[in-house]
Amino acid sequence: MTISHEHFRQAIGRTPFHDRMAALSKTENWATWNCYKVPRIVDKLSTEYFAVRSGCAVMDLTPMEKYRILGQDARPYLDRLVTRDISNLLPGRVTYVVWCNDDGKVIDDGTLFQLNENAYRLCSQHHQLDWLLMSAAGFDVQIEVETHDVAALAVQGPTSYSVLTAAGIDGLGDLKPFGIRNVECRGKPVTVSRTGYTGDLGYELWTEPGNAETLWDAIFDVQGQYDIHAMGLDALEMVRIEAGFIMPGFDFNTANSTIRAGYDRSPYEVGLGWVVNLEKGHFCGRKALKAENERPARRRLAKLTIEGNKPVGEAFVYAGKNGRQVGEIKCTTWSPILKANLALADIDCINGRLPDRLWARFDYQRELKWRTAWARCHAQTKPFYSPDHKSATPPARF
Amino acid sequence: MIRPDVIIIGAGHNGLVCAGYLARAGMGVLVLESGASTGGMAAPRVLNDDYHFPGLAHISYPISSAIRKDLRLDQFGYEPGKAIDTIALDTNNEHLTISAHAISANRLRKTDIETYPGFRKQYLAFAKSLSPLFDNKPPRLKNMGLRDTATLARLGWNIRMGLGRETMYEFMRVAAINIYDVLNETFDDKRLQGALALDAVMGSAMGPRTPGTVLTWLQRMFGELNGAAYVHSGEQLVNALTQSAENAGAVIRCDTRVSKILIEDSKAFGVELDNGELVKAKLVVSNADPRATFSSLVGAPQLDSMFATRVAQIRGSGVVGKLHLALSALPEFTGIDPSELTNRLVVAPSMRYIEHAFNPSKYGECPDDPILEITLPSTHNNALAPEGHHLMSVNVAFLPYDLNGGWDDQKTTMAYKVISQLEQYSPGLKSLVVDHEFLTPRDLEREYHAVGGHWHHGELSMHQSFMMRPTYGAAQYDTPIDRLFLCGAGCHPGGGLTGLPGRNAAKRILELGGTK
Repeated sequence: MTISHEHFRQAIGRTPFHDRMAALSKTENWATWNCYKVPRIVDKLSTEYFAVRSGCAVMDLTPMEKYRILGQDARPYLDRLVTRDISNLLPGRVTYVVWCNDDGKVIDDGTLFQLNENAYRLCSQHHQLDWLLMSAAGFDVQIEVETHDVAALAVQGPTSYSVLTAAGIDGLGDLKPFGIRNVECRGKPVTVSRTGYTGDLGYELWTEPGNAETLWDAIFDVQGQYDIHAMGLDALEMVRIEAGFIMPGFDFNTANSTIRAGYDRSPYEVGLGWVVNLEKGHFCGRKALKAENERPARRRLAKLTIEGNKPVGEAFVYAGKNGRQVGEIKCTTWSPILKANLALADIDCINGRLPDRLWARFDYQRELKWRTAWARCHAQTKPFYSPDHKSATPPARF
Repeated sequence: MIRPDVIIIGAGHNGLVCAGYLARAGMGVLVLESGASTGGMAAPRVLNDDYHFPGLAHISYPISSAIRKDLRLDQFGYEPGKAIDTIALDTNNEHLTISAHAISANRLRKTDIETYPGFRKQYLAFAKSLSPLFDNKPPRLKNMGLRDTATLARLGWNIRMGLGRETMYEFMRVAAINIYDVLNETFDDKRLQGALALDAVMGSAMGPRTPGTVLTWLQRMFGELNGAAYVHSGEQLVNALTQSAENAGAVIRCDTRVSKILIEDSKAFGVELDNGELVKAKLVVSNADPRATFSSLVGAPQLDSMFATRVAQIRGSGVVGKLHLALSALPEFTGIDPSELTNRLVVAPSMRYIEHAFNPSKYGECPDDPILEITLPSTHNNALAPEGHHLMSVNVAFLPYDLNGGWDDQKTTMAYKVISQLEQYSPGLKSLVVDHEFLTPRDLEREYHAVGGHWHHGELSMHQSFMMRPTYGAAQYDTPIDRLFLCGAGCHPGGGLTGLPGRNAAKRILELGGTK
């Protein structure tokens, strides 16, 4: 079974996991993601959040954009596409990449899987076929959309390794972060990568749509032994902010969707300077990024902890209380595990640096009455939450 | 020269002009030419050892006095030829002779005769008003420099003050429209309209009704500001340019094909030849077609995606074939005195005829009745052919580059078709043909490495002119690759034997600090 290519006739498609997910849904709180119906909340937000942080959460990733890149020029093609030096990428490994237009502005980010010698999978937040094809001129590559042909499931949380092992998926013990392994689940081939968007121990499972329910059932059949919960987008938003992961198109405007001059962002500006390698040889946007790197920074997407426990929604950020407005908060969450308000904020630099004293001014309601508050913000350089068990190999058994 | 400062890829006339300027500025210049001799499309082509055809450029306007002076071309033997007229051939032998300022009154309405001189004067004035644009690098619209502002200011002044108010309005009206409308508004005679429209479309994949054909016509008129058109034999101009460059110290290596431009850290530092030899230099200047330069010599991995896409999208498939006939005697044209055969003869009896000749080319087909532009260079210089023999050089349009079914099996048929067509005007021509050579756009691509076999290395359309030529990001002769420049017809102001792209490129290179 593959997902019907007639899917476009339906306003909202259903993934191969949909029936199983729908059976668990108590809230019927659905969202659309890439034209598929996915849960915002399946049961209860706090349950799903704590499943990721202290148990095991299962999330349907099928709607994510997936591309197969094949051909003898696949490596040089990808090398020109992404800003990162991928010369260390090997078959069976995954790396996080970002790609830019000629002006060095971010088009999207994603994960790049090398499946074998000349075959890669690129997963992205937004639809990229036009950009990928346009960039292919002069390279011997084939680019195929496989979004609808691969069922994908994220299994995340401290017990995820134990859950998968109990579910009969063997051989993951020595799989390191960003590794890929081809395994079997109840006789069906499944590709497992140790990747995720939660900042915790976790795996992503890839299989043919026809095997989707078998895979799901194998995992949920050990629910009696482990705390396993299906998870929706709302919990994901909380954990990805805790992990300091950015979301192109939400935390900043992507280059190909930007109309107004200056509204797009470079990798440096969104904190992805670490995936830009100006020494690796040419890649799209290199010249612009090299020039930018030689100038003082103009702005940064900063990780902020915000003092207090009042819910910070949309807010401006100021240099000093009642000071000059220097930026705005792009996403925010209350972190139950850290007991803190976290945010990513787009902030103008002063003399190439973030202003020292940052304050957020925000409005909140108390019993339906609006109030204004100021709260001190502290810029962080590291992810807010990054537990050691995330990268332990072999992972702890539970 | 152990290690040159500058390598110029291609010894076409623009490459030679650029070499002449840079060598005179004190640079060590090495010109690498894949062909056996210099001159590119302007170089003579020899048939059967004895017949010296003028290559692709059989008609030329004089090179600008600035270039002649700067490169001392006259001292190296350059002298523009005798001014020629255009004879519009008519199947009923009612030919028209069109000169720069008058038309012979062969069954022509008085109004057309009276209108013609003023019309030409007006369009020459339009062409002249554009000269600040043609003579300089196209201005950058973003991050404009002082020189760019000056160019635009002079352009504005020329159009507003040079033309005067009424003429300026007329210029603004016609600048982007088609030659069909303009000539229909102005003249009644179909033969006259056809002969004039031919100059707007010959060399371009455009019919008289194609928007922008007034611009292509003005680009041709611009050449006339230097003097009247003459029959160009290739040799003299190419030799003068070659000697001028060599005299200034440039070294020219023929039969030397560049296969790759060497690039490191987005900087060009030399070239690789097809025999594997590496030649290093501080700057590389490509006189080759921009598409060939970026797609083949530079390669996609060295370019940003959007720029590479724009280069791949440059429009320019040649639509002109070239027929060379070696003749055992001077052919006779019905109704034309033999002494008149020094002129240019054209077969484009009406704009409707031209449009019909153009239409099939859009669908990969050859026209039944192509338009022809004929010269007999041997009538100007009898040394070009054996004694008593003559040369006939014919531009044939519109022949598609991508002919349905391919050119291999249809080339000879087409050549015979053209000869038969010529027979209508010159009975007995066939029996005089000693030898012939027919070059389709495919052949031109192979012989001259111009993508699509296009004369101008890319269509001279509005969207590929000025600061859009060949495309933005490379329109000021410098390119996204540091130390790599363009100097050929694919750059502003475009094709034709003007030398302006070569000169403007050299000026730009020097302005940016040369080899520093």
